[in-house]
Amino acid sequence: MIAEDSVLLRVGLVKVLETAGFEVAAEAGDAQALLAAVEGHRPDLAVVDVRMPPGFTDEGVRAALEIRERWPDTAVLMLSQYVEERYAAHLLASNTSGIGYLLKQRVADVEEFIEALRRVADGGTALDPQVVAQLLVRRRSDPLERLTEREREVLALMAEGRSNAGIAGALVVSESAVAKHINNILAKLDLPRADADHRRVLAVLRFLGV
Amino acid sequence: MTIPPRLRRVLVRLRRDLLFIGAGVPLHGIPPLLCIWACLHIADILGPGTTWGTLGLLIPVTLLVISAYGLTEAQRWRFRTLCGVDLPRLRLREGKRQWGYNCLIGPLLGFLELAVLAVLVTALTAATSLLWVGALAWDLRAEHIGYWTWAGYATVAGLLVLAAVPALAGALVRLENVVGRAVLYVSRSEELERRVEDLTESRAGAVDAADAERRRIERDLHDGAQQRLVALALNLGLAKATLKDLPPEARQVIEEAHRDAKEAIEELNSLVRGLHPAVLDELGLDAALSGLAARAPLPVRLWTDLPGRAAPAVEAVAYFVVSEALNNVAKHAEATRAEVDVTRLGEILRVVVADDGVGGADPARGSGLKGLAQRVRSVDGAFRMSSPVGGPTTMTVELPCMT
Repeated sequence: MIAEDSVLLRVGLVKVLETAGFEVAAEAGDAQALLAAVEGHRPDLAVVDVRMPPGFTDEGVRAALEIRERWPDTAVLMLSQYVEERYAAHLLASNTSGIGYLLKQRVADVEEFIEALRRVADGGTALDPQVVAQLLVRRRSDPLERLTEREREVLALMAEGRSNAGIAGALVVSESAVAKHINNILAKLDLPRADADHRRVLAVLRFLGV
Repeated sequence: MTIPPRLRRVLVRLRRDLLFIGAGVPLHGIPPLLCIWACLHIADILGPGTTWGTLGLLIPVTLLVISAYGLTEAQRWRFRTLCGVDLPRLRLREGKRQWGYNCLIGPLLGFLELAVLAVLVTALTAATSLLWVGALAWDLRAEHIGYWTWAGYATVAGLLVLAAVPALAGALVRLENVVGRAVLYVSRSEELERRVEDLTESRAGAVDAADAERRRIERDLHDGAQQRLVALALNLGLAKATLKDLPPEARQVIEEAHRDAKEAIEELNSLVRGLHPAVLDELGLDAALSGLAARAPLPVRLWTDLPGRAAPAVEAVAYFVVSEALNNVAKHAEATRAEVDVTRLGEILRVVVADDGVGGADPARGSGLKGLAQRVRSVDGAFRMSSPVGGPTTMTVELPCMT
């Protein structure tokens, strides 16, 4: 299910999704049509543009919140020309599972984008690194100061919603090294140890003030 | 036939003066005519009174009240268009002057204007009396022996008076100017007060228009070029992902194009982000600053304490200040970190941007800083900069924001 007002991008998105093996049930050009289509098709995943007609402001965010509330089985991946931590906070306020929020340009890195799509469709989280960076600039002296450079990198990747394997792949280190870093981080920040990925993401994001 | 330049100048001025005088006659003539009309009604009421008379009196009186104010505008137009004198716009509460000018001084001036025009017409008629006489029938002229002599005298007298008309008309225009300025002008301090009001209003308009223009550009780029670039990068990404059996040269070309497209998106995004991001209108300054700080190519600490939203123009300036300051830090300061503090205390929004760079920034030299200071001044803000050589640099901007 795709909602995007730019026809050009919609066509490209359909191609990417089909490459990844998803079946596109419907396409919509605005929030109204999106909600109607979700109601009709009950898709597993909706890919939604933030700025859509009529107002071109945050229609997509509001539609996404409504979808998460009314049809919790539908995961939502938001795409936007610019990501804003404030919108991320709105989206993640109630629930971090099955939510993604990425810059539009990430679509161009097809493999990574498809990986994020799958993660969200499976009930995980995909936050753009830009959002995490924005969350990090707003912190004053606090426990984060106690983290090493490497641990901060791991924390940022955790906040994006990546699994241990994903973090290991991004930093080109072994999974056991990642697990060790994560244990250190959780200890230093006084966060609860969670087994499930998205619970861990939730803890990290709450810590970052989302 | 060529007219000597001096005479041409006199004629041009005379034409202008006569137009000014001619336009004055109806404008100055309306109030006395309305007064006469009203007096006739009053006489009618005092005589064999009828209710119709009382009602009828309302019409000229109403017109008189309207004209007392409306004619001032007409006079302003006349002075500006026909004489090049810009009289200030008078407010309703300065009615005394308007009434005085239109109903008391106006008729006198109107009388003088009529007199000048009458002198002109009479002089013209006299100067051309030989023609008139020549046009008469022979038997009519035969009854008045010696008419050629009389017509000759009249012609000479007419020409002499005609020669004096430009001076007369010029004198009357000057008199009207003196009187008009004296009565319809405002004092220097009043004029300045008004000018300040006008300028404040027009400046606010200019600031708003510039902001609206930035919003429009942001929107146009978002809906146009940025979407196209993303679609282009997406297609190149797809090509990269799906065309596995291409020769290595072709793969390399695709990969380079893909990288270039992504960099173009980044550059355009950064540029547009500095203009006027949508989030600034929707969620305000506090939310919009996160993106700026995170995009900067050096570690930035952001601290905000903004209890409420300020006026859109003030938020736009504060946003621009942070954006431009971080740009400057990235370009010139050679800093390792920067701090941005945005706090609102009462009616003052304070923006402090500090960095640990090499210092030596001079607002008088850098065009970026000058533009920044100008934009701060456009909303009556204060701009201070401390940047000793060797650093650190601190820029403080204070913007007034009315609640």
